[in-house]
Amino acid sequence: MNIHEYQAKELFDQFAVANPQGAVATTAEEAEQAAGRLGAGTLVVKAQVHAGGRGKGTFKNGFQGGVHLVKSAAEAGEIAGKMLGETLVTKQTGEAGKRVRKVMIGEAVDIAHEYYLAILMDRAASCPVIVASTEGGMDIEEVAARTPEKILRERVHPLMGLQPYEVRKLTAGLGFKGEQAKAFGKLLRNLFRLFLERDCSMVEINPLVATPDGQVLALDAKFGFDDNALYRQPEILAMRDTDEEDPREVAASEHSLNYIGLDGNIACLVNGAGLAMATMDIIKHYGGEPANFLDVGGGATQEQVAAAFKIILTDPNVKGILVNIFGGIMDCDVIAHGVVAACKEVGLSLPLVVRLEGNNVAAGRKTLAASGLNLIAADDLADAAEKAVAAIAS
Amino acid sequence: MAILVDEKTKVLVQGITGGYGGKHAELSIDYGTQIVAGVTPGKGGRVFEHGEVVVPVFDTVEEAVKQTGATASAIFVPPAFASDAILEAVDAGVSLVVAITEGIPVRDMMKVKAAMAGSPTRLVGPNCPGIVTPGRGEDSHGGCRIGIAPGYIHKRGRVGIVSRSGTLTYEAVWQTTQLGFGQSTCVGIGGDPINGTSHLDALQLFNEDDETEAIVMIGEIGGTAEEEAAAWAKEHGRKPIAAFIAGATAPPGRRMGHAGAIVSGGKGTAQAKKEALKAAGIAVAETPAEIGTTLAQAAGWA
Repeated sequence: MNIHEYQAKELFDQFAVANPQGAVATTAEEAEQAAGRLGAGTLVVKAQVHAGGRGKGTFKNGFQGGVHLVKSAAEAGEIAGKMLGETLVTKQTGEAGKRVRKVMIGEAVDIAHEYYLAILMDRAASCPVIVASTEGGMDIEEVAARTPEKILRERVHPLMGLQPYEVRKLTAGLGFKGEQAKAFGKLLRNLFRLFLERDCSMVEINPLVATPDGQVLALDAKFGFDDNALYRQPEILAMRDTDEEDPREVAASEHSLNYIGLDGNIACLVNGAGLAMATMDIIKHYGGEPANFLDVGGGATQEQVAAAFKIILTDPNVKGILVNIFGGIMDCDVIAHGVVAACKEVGLSLPLVVRLEGNNVAAGRKTLAASGLNLIAADDLADAAEKAVAAIAS
Repeated sequence: MAILVDEKTKVLVQGITGGYGGKHAELSIDYGTQIVAGVTPGKGGRVFEHGEVVVPVFDTVEEAVKQTGATASAIFVPPAFASDAILEAVDAGVSLVVAITEGIPVRDMMKVKAAMAGSPTRLVGPNCPGIVTPGRGEDSHGGCRIGIAPGYIHKRGRVGIVSRSGTLTYEAVWQTTQLGFGQSTCVGIGGDPINGTSHLDALQLFNEDDETEAIVMIGEIGGTAEEEAAAWAKEHGRKPIAAFIAGATAPPGRRMGHAGAIVSGGKGTAQAKKEALKAAGIAVAETPAEIGTTLAQAAGWA
């Protein structure tokens, strides 16, 4: 789950992670008022969409840039008016772009130096790891590749939590002294508390900045949250903005299906995440392109299969469908009846290849054959992939 | 001999009175597994009946272990209570805990793992299909089935299987059964980013097991557990290994169903894993349909 920049700011404020003052606005008037409250000096107006590259983006109305510096409240309102309700295209949004429904107005900060600071879950060590660098404001992967000695890493014990000596090590490692050292220490301790208490999988501040007057501020933030923990994070869940998500993925999640849209033309419907990935892989292996990842879970019901077909069919690129079910515990005949009923319900006309294996498979295959539907039965996984690729070629 | 469990292993089920736990307890009993106790707090004193079999239900794992001598526990407890259930089993001295539960918060598992440091208890999972050591009867009846795998697809034999994915495990099991090789033990280690038993742990166990002649390792994108296992196998592995890695076509930065299946920052790609495995002398199946045949070639059984 992703959140907006203004929501990240709300979290920072809640946990006393120092960051520039700012406010969110949904209309030009609100933007002007908010800018007025922030006072004199340079302000920044930022379009709120879940995508990077906003500064270099272009609006479909021709307006350039999703991030602008302004000198007055009136100008803030004017710029906000050009962004709100318009569609911003960046290198991360794709051609369709994203509609801007909110803008953030923030104070522009003088920067003495840019740093990098992140906390993430270290899988191999099974603990949080803090990553920091004096080389902020640029792609951290590049910094790691070019100058690995400039990346500091501090693993934190899962039960002990962040220790004062760990804060001191990082403070010294980044070269903070005096008031800045104190400010950084406070920011890091609060950020770590936020990371744990809100079940984050990642929080990345790039850049973290030192100002000429000795402040240390989080200038931008990227959050990742542990989906498994959302049940106990109602505040985070409330930040979900389904307008920013693929509508097919939203529909899938409503039916407890796991769907991720891709660029190909062979849709797949599979039980189990590993097998769903492997099915995409084997389609590619035989020269096809998968249109999606779709895991219907362990016990695919007729309703779920029907919902899955409907979601798949909203993708205009889809030219054929491959259903791959390993019915371990579930009766394959029940699954076959579900597939047939779902096909009839949605009036499926695209080529459909079905591979069934497992419990009571003979009866299941018989049901498919007797359905009167134009199904292509496959003997095994390789056969299924080959037939699916052939079906859309003809 | 098989690893971790055999037909004599006494198994208790935490969450046996729930729908999911109950159903799979019944299937395990049908398979011939020694399900000796159930644990559901507040329901101690009741019994869980299936056919001729009557399983006593206890309030605590400690009591269940004391009364029945169970040495393994299957956890079918909802995510919010699962870490507590795991720690209770560890505290009761159960030697093997198999956590089937999907959706346990990562922060909880991080703490569980740290709390288990130095404990003799082995954790398998969470978010896994469990463990099967097939029996020698018809459709492998008489084996030890802890978890949710379909028992009948197995056949007692000579291949050890370790996998992060449920249905892909069944593919590998089915293929090795069809080819007549059979399995010593199949271990589903689960799809979560933080888990108990790793690929490497399972390889070490299979390496020492007389009955296991060859190994199938199934991995997927995300993390570096497969690479670590491969590095160990290169130095110490005495048995042929065939592998499959799922997710070559997965887009980066997206969580592919399993919480742990994500390529982040260019790390954990299928390509990198396949290369590391091949460099360690492991035979990598190009497609999931070729797991069995790739193993046959690697083991010289083709």
